[in-house]
Amino acid sequence: MANLTTNIGNLHLKNPVMTASGTFGYGDEFADFIDISRIGGIIVKGTTLRHREGNPYPRMAETPAGMLNAVGLQNKGVDYFVEKIYPQTSKIDTSVIVNVSGSTIEDYVETAEKLADLEYIPAIELNISCPNVKQGGMAFGTCAASAEEVITAVRKVYHKHMMVKLSPNVTDISEIARAAEAAGADSVSLINTLLGMAIDAKTRKPKLSTVTGGLSGPCVKPIALRMVWQVSQAVEIPVVGLGGIMNATDAIEFFLAGATAIQIGTANFLDPTISVKVLEGINEYLDSNGYKSIRDIIGALEV
Amino acid sequence: MSDLIVTVNKQLNNQYFLLKLTSKETLPEMLPGQFVEVLVDNSSTTFLRRPISIHFVDVTTNELWLLIQITGDGTRKMGEFEIGHSVNLLYPLGNSFTYPNPAQQRVLLVGGGVGVAPLLMLGAELQKKSIQPIFLLGARSEKDLLELDEFARFGIVHTTTEDGSHGEKGFVTQHSILSNEKFDKIYTCGPTPMMKAVASFAMKNDIDCEVSLENNMACGIGVCLCCVEDTKDGHKCVCTEGSVFNIKDLKWQI
Repeated sequence: MANLTTNIGNLHLKNPVMTASGTFGYGDEFADFIDISRIGGIIVKGTTLRHREGNPYPRMAETPAGMLNAVGLQNKGVDYFVEKIYPQTSKIDTSVIVNVSGSTIEDYVETAEKLADLEYIPAIELNISCPNVKQGGMAFGTCAASAEEVITAVRKVYHKHMMVKLSPNVTDISEIARAAEAAGADSVSLINTLLGMAIDAKTRKPKLSTVTGGLSGPCVKPIALRMVWQVSQAVEIPVVGLGGIMNATDAIEFFLAGATAIQIGTANFLDPTISVKVLEGINEYLDSNGYKSIRDIIGALEV
Repeated sequence: MSDLIVTVNKQLNNQYFLLKLTSKETLPEMLPGQFVEVLVDNSSTTFLRRPISIHFVDVTTNELWLLIQITGDGTRKMGEFEIGHSVNLLYPLGNSFTYPNPAQQRVLLVGGGVGVAPLLMLGAELQKKSIQPIFLLGARSEKDLLELDEFARFGIVHTTTEDGSHGEKGFVTQHSILSNEKFDKIYTCGPTPMMKAVASFAMKNDIDCEVSLENNMACGIGVCLCCVEDTKDGHKCVCTEGSVFNIKDLKWQI
C-alpha cells in the first residue's frame, strides 16, 4: 500500500481523491453506497449568502460523453448550512470543504465569514467560475482584475485554506491563476464546466431553460488536462485537477500533469461508488509501478 | 447498486419491449411508483443511466419487470439485451404512490402510452389490499396498448385509442366511465399533456389525484438537482422527492 496522503499547501488530506461540488450533495446521500470517510475530501454543494431556487426546469441535456447542466446554484443559503447541515457533515471523518459562490463581492465575503469559525470545515473553495448564474459567478473568474478583487476581499476575512475554482471559459487560464495566487489563494482547482448549449431540432428550442449551460463529463477531459498542465507551470501554489475523470487512469493523468489532488464530479452520477474505485485504482497503479507515494507522480510528466 | 441478469426480453411491437431481470439474491422490497436507473454500455451517445419505471415485481420467480419504449439509442441498446446479459441497476429509487385511505374505495388508474408501466404493480398491490382497481388505458391505436392481459389479472380494464381501433375513440379524459362513475382517488402516469388533463378533471371534481412525473434526470439520487419540479414548496427533485406527487402540491396551470 503506497502512501496516499497529500498536502494541498496547508490543507492535509488522507488521500488525493475528492468529490466535486454539486455532484456529491452533502456526502450523506452516498452513505448507502460507500464508506464516505474513505474519500480524501468532500466539496459540498455551492453555497450562497441567501437561499436560491436555481434556474427553471429543464436544467440538463445529455451529450455524447457528457452532459450540460444549468442548475444555477440551487441551495438553501449559508445560514441553513451552518445550522442544519454542518452538524451532520462535521461527523464525517474526512475534510469537508464548502464551495462558496455569490453575486457580489460582499456576498462572497459575508458567506466566507460565516464559515470561517466552523471547526470541521478546514477550507473553502471560492467559486468564481459558475457559468449558470446571471450575476457574479463566472463573471468574476473570467477577468484577472475582478478575480483578484474578490479573492483579496475574501482573504481578509478567511484565514484557513482558500482554494479558488477557475473557469475554463477564458483566453488564458494561466493569467487568471497567477492573479489568484497574487491575491492570496492557497490553491486553485480547475476546471469548472465549459459553457455550451444544446438545441432540440424538432421543437426548434434550446434544451435548457437558460439556453446555455455548463458542459462536463469525459468529453472535457483533454481540455482540463491541458489547463491543469499549463497552470501548474504558471503558479507555485498547488493545483487541484478535475474535469471528466471517470476512472483511476484518468486521475493518474491529472497527477502526472501536475495536480496535487483531484476531484471527481459527473462520474458520481453514473456510479455512486466511483470515488472509492478510483482511490483503489490509484493505489494499485502506485504499487504495481513501484512508487512509494502519490507524491512521486505529481508533475512527473515526461515531456 | 447491483448487477441483474436478463431472463426475458420480449419485443411487444416495433416500439416497445418487456425486460425481465433476476438476481441470485432475493430482490429488495420495491414499491409501486419507484424506478430503476439502468446503465447502458456500448452506446456512443448514451452517457447517463436511463430511468425506467418498475412495471411489476414477481416475487414467485424473483423477477423485476421493465416495460420500455424505444425513444433513442439508449433504449434501443436495451432492446438488444440478450438473455443472460448482466445489467447494472441503481434501484429502487424514488418515493411511491400512496395507498388510498379507508374512505377511498373507488380507485381509477389512468395510463397513457408507456406510462401505463407503473400502474401494473400499483394495481397488483391494490388488489392485495382488497381494493378493486379500475384501469383506464389510452394509446394512439390498438398496437400501442400494452399488456392488457396482465392488467386484466388485477382489475377491470377500459381503453381509449385516438383512432378508435380499440375501446372508445378519443383521449382517456373523454372516456364515458368518467361521467358514468364516481371515483375517490385517481393515479395517473403518461405523457404530460395527458396527466395534466387527468389532473384537471380530478381537480374540478374534487378527487384526490397522484401523478408520476418523468422529468429529465441525471443522478437519480438527489444530488445533481437537474430533474426538479416547481412545487408549492419550491423546487423538488423528482428522483428522490418524487416521482409521485399529489397534484395539490404542484404548480400546474390546470
